[in-house]
Amino acid sequence: MNTLIRRLAAFPLVLLGVSSLVFVAIRLVPGDAITAMLGTQAGLLTPAQKAALAAYFGLDRPWIAQYWHWLRALLHGDLGISVTYGKPVLEVILQRFPLTLELALLSMAIALVIGVPAGVYAATHAERRSDLVLRIGAMIGQSTPSFVFGLVIIYVLSAGFGVLPAMGTFTPLLKDPLANLGQLILPALTLGAAFAAAVTRIARSAMLDVLSEDYVRTARSRGVPARGVIWRHALPNALIPVVTVSGIEFGYLLGGAVIVEQLFALPGLGRMVLDAILQRDYALVQGTVLFIAFNFMVVNLLVDLTYVWLDPRIRARG
Amino acid sequence: MSLLKALFRHPSGRIGATIVLVYLLLAAMGWIGLTPHDPLAQNRIARLQPPSARYWLGTDLFGRDVASRLMTGIGQSFLIAFLSVAVAASVGTVLGLVAAWFERFWDGILMRSMDILLAFPAILLAMLVVAVLGPGTWTSVLAIAFVYMPIFTRVVRGPALSLKNREFVDAARTFGSSTGYIVTRHLLLNIVAPLTVQVTLALAWALLTEAGLSFLGLGTQPPAASLGVMLSDSRNLMEMAPWLMICPAIAIMGGILGFNLLGDALRDILDPKTRVARA
Repeated sequence: MNTLIRRLAAFPLVLLGVSSLVFVAIRLVPGDAITAMLGTQAGLLTPAQKAALAAYFGLDRPWIAQYWHWLRALLHGDLGISVTYGKPVLEVILQRFPLTLELALLSMAIALVIGVPAGVYAATHAERRSDLVLRIGAMIGQSTPSFVFGLVIIYVLSAGFGVLPAMGTFTPLLKDPLANLGQLILPALTLGAAFAAAVTRIARSAMLDVLSEDYVRTARSRGVPARGVIWRHALPNALIPVVTVSGIEFGYLLGGAVIVEQLFALPGLGRMVLDAILQRDYALVQGTVLFIAFNFMVVNLLVDLTYVWLDPRIRARG
Repeated sequence: MSLLKALFRHPSGRIGATIVLVYLLLAAMGWIGLTPHDPLAQNRIARLQPPSARYWLGTDLFGRDVASRLMTGIGQSFLIAFLSVAVAASVGTVLGLVAAWFERFWDGILMRSMDILLAFPAILLAMLVVAVLGPGTWTSVLAIAFVYMPIFTRVVRGPALSLKNREFVDAARTFGSSTGYIVTRHLLLNIVAPLTVQVTLALAWALLTEAGLSFLGLGTQPPAASLGVMLSDSRNLMEMAPWLMICPAIAIMGGILGFNLLGDALRDILDPKTRVARA
């Protein structure tokens, strides 16, 4: 329990660090926000008009003052106004987040559904041909960048079947679940493939570790059927490293899968951050990065809590 | 020498080492310009040619030889991967040793700073660095190094902390060994094994991140060849000229696979604990 409290106490500190790092980094990007916002129209404004705009967005004050102002607003749940969207940052984030969350959940589901059984199968058939095939497959899967896998999917679909995946538009889940799934399934498969490979590898090695432990041997000698030993006794303990790996991966995916979103033209969080950085939309970059880091830390905390739930030994020690 | 022998006795070590050696050879040939054609020379008559005896892997939209571009691309990707991992590993190791040696204040400051960096998704952090410094080879090196440095700090700090309290370190202190000597000879030398594994795996990630940045247009800038740029360029031509996509795709996968296999083998060989589980 103590570690949990210490972790929670470190939360605001790490977030403060993240926010100040991003605050400084985005202001170091060459060029100013007002010119980036107006694009080619920037030349039409007089210096006085530009200065007025900068003053409106609070960009004319010293950095420290801007940061202090931003922090104080943050404590009231206000992340500021996005210069490019002309809307509150939180609203812009929450508009994009459902897609990112859905994509991350779908990818993780694919990874776990493929990876855990494959890993268990490989471990219980260790050193046989099927194990070798699974291990080679997982190794190749883990070495394939998501965009390579995505391109291959698109190529096979278009060259082999003459269909192109739906791109550019996005239908919310609640509006039309089928259309939504149709748009997300290929990106989710793309992200899920490497994820599944990682899960397979970790599930296999964890399962092998657990299968050699005394309590598994005891259960076997007591005459518990092999299936029961594997699924009831061994798997729950072997799942701990699987939870760690999946949790970290899921946490990253919540930050937006920039490359896959770009490839499938999906309006997710990742592409939004990339655009916001290029547009020097200070408030949006700060808010989104803070949001992403916060999610990532929450997921990591949940992963730790899952350990306790999965392994009574940790519970007793805590 | 015994490590090399063990590596070649290990099945994935053998394959991984062979792949990496082949890539290094191709990269070296790409660096010194020993390519079948000029990777930048455009030939308007020979645009989008499929693989042939003259152009082994075909030509691209500008009639440039894909095989030659692939070789310089591998050279470019490997250069960035090796430099960035070298920077990440050396800076990360020094920080990890400092944190472990001084403990308390410095440990707290350094490890919390690493926590902050680790709270960013890797590609996002790399994107920020590129945005600040502007895209280019050196920016890619710095961005990737910055992303992976905290991992090295963590890998070094843990073992260094426990080694520091071992008896032989106490003994060395009693004999009057200097701090520098203890840190380098007794701490660092004993961490070389996990560090080697981490370096190999980090090379695989670095290749992946470099390709990702280039794919997004934030890494190596055209017309220079890079595996990510070549893949990104192939997107609109994949039906007409699939070799434009297939060649860089296989090249990226192969390089990452080589380092992953090598890293796995090294972990098996250098860490006796996992030998049973992964054998």
